[in-house]
Amino acid sequence: MSTHRIGARLHIQSARKSFGEQEVLRGIDLTIPAGQFVAIVGRSGCGKSTLLRLLAGLEQPTGGELTLDGDSLGGHPNGTRNDTRMLFQDARLLPWRTAADNVQVGLRTRSRERAIEALAEVGLAERADAWPGVLSGGQRQRVALARALVGEPRLLLLDEPLGALDALTRIEMQQLIERLWEEQGFTAVLVTHDVSEAVALADRVILIENGRIALDVDIALDRPRERDSGFIHFEKLILDRILEREPAEAPRDRKLSYSI
Amino acid sequence: MKPFRKLADNRYAPFYLPVLVLVLWQLLGQYGYISTRTLPTPLRVAEAGIALTRSGDIFRYVYDSTLRAGIGLAVGGGIGFLLGVVNGLSRIANRYLDSSLQMIRNVPHLALIPLVILWFGIGETAKIFLVALGVFFPIYMNTVHGIRSIDPGLVEMARVYGLRGFAFYREVVLPGALSSILVGVRYALGFMWLTLIVAETISADSGIGYMAMNAREFMRLDIVVFAILLYAVLGKLSDTAAKLLERRLLRWNPNYSKV
Repeated sequence: MSTHRIGARLHIQSARKSFGEQEVLRGIDLTIPAGQFVAIVGRSGCGKSTLLRLLAGLEQPTGGELTLDGDSLGGHPNGTRNDTRMLFQDARLLPWRTAADNVQVGLRTRSRERAIEALAEVGLAERADAWPGVLSGGQRQRVALARALVGEPRLLLLDEPLGALDALTRIEMQQLIERLWEEQGFTAVLVTHDVSEAVALADRVILIENGRIALDVDIALDRPRERDSGFIHFEKLILDRILEREPAEAPRDRKLSYSI
Repeated sequence: MKPFRKLADNRYAPFYLPVLVLVLWQLLGQYGYISTRTLPTPLRVAEAGIALTRSGDIFRYVYDSTLRAGIGLAVGGGIGFLLGVVNGLSRIANRYLDSSLQMIRNVPHLALIPLVILWFGIGETAKIFLVALGVFFPIYMNTVHGIRSIDPGLVEMARVYGLRGFAFYREVVLPGALSSILVGVRYALGFMWLTLIVAETISADSGIGYMAMNAREFMRLDIVVFAILLYAVLGKLSDTAAKLLERRLLRWNPNYSKV
């Protein structure tokens, strides 16, 4: 797994998606260079998960064009490309397969040796023969991460993968994802509603509002990131925009439905 | 009350009542309170069993009955499983087939006995046909239900990981539906013996049912009772086998693994 490979370059041009009458994405234009870590934030129902599902090939766009290294995603109506992997909020491990067998699902060759290596990368080599039912939530998500990365994807999609974890496990997982991303150089797209998680992990944060891109900021901070004044600055910038707060003005009449 | 509570902790506690009943039954029969024409004493039944074992007849009868049961289970269960998989996976097949199958299900299969005898005579085919029909529905219904209740999250995961065709079936569909299918198997085993008993009682020239009917003609109540006990033992054995299978195949499931 140590081979450093080049991530995929993503290009999204006026992508639209409607479910019946409801238009969820109203024209997204976005170019993600190879190897970039992008976080997409927004309120519930803004369309951020739908965008991720378009990238995964789980939904087809109603209009517009999505390309991966110039290769149209519309040409793969049968699901996800081989070089794209997705991490879900729930780990979605097969409960009837051991941790190692679950990782093997991500491998074309089904090599057990490689599966154990991938488990070692996430610090779970000794739990290779454990059933998912006896693992903790954080361990399950780490097995799912090993399964996603063992096939050496060039694009990793993360759909709020840390949402269900407790605060400490979450920080550990963030560090693990950051380390593996730095080592392996894949392109990562993380959907989250946690702004500080987005700022902690991403090179670039994109805010989606009512199916459109409302904000696109580069996070010009060194890694590993400390919660210093620069960090707070970006966090506040994005949060204020989401909550439509004027800077330095306390919101009193606005309803806060935002949750971290 | 203390000694009673202490006795209840004994591992043989579940057997107190059956043993008590047996002893009472023996005493009441022996002293003529129950006519041996109504019910032979347990000792007489045991003697009949020993005699049948000595002559070797019993093994032939049990073998014949088990063979019929096994073939019927394999045929009916196999068809039920296949149709269950097809109708569970394909909405179209389900639209075409399911309501017809449900109609057949509502006919008590033993009501077909006169028709089955006219079709197949009183040979092996008739009995295997009835057993197959009896075990078909529990396995079919539970297979469809098991496949329908597979976690849609796992199905989506399989799409992301490119599991298609047989790999999808082997990794997701079959194991996901297995606990439900095994419930179907346990029901089917019950129907299997029930159907076989009735079929063998009506027409047979071998098997446990034949042994019982034959004994009835000679008023050998001890053999009749022994045959009934044999059915009970076989039913219990097959249920235990199904339970062991469940524990082995579903050992990943914390609800089944008793370590």
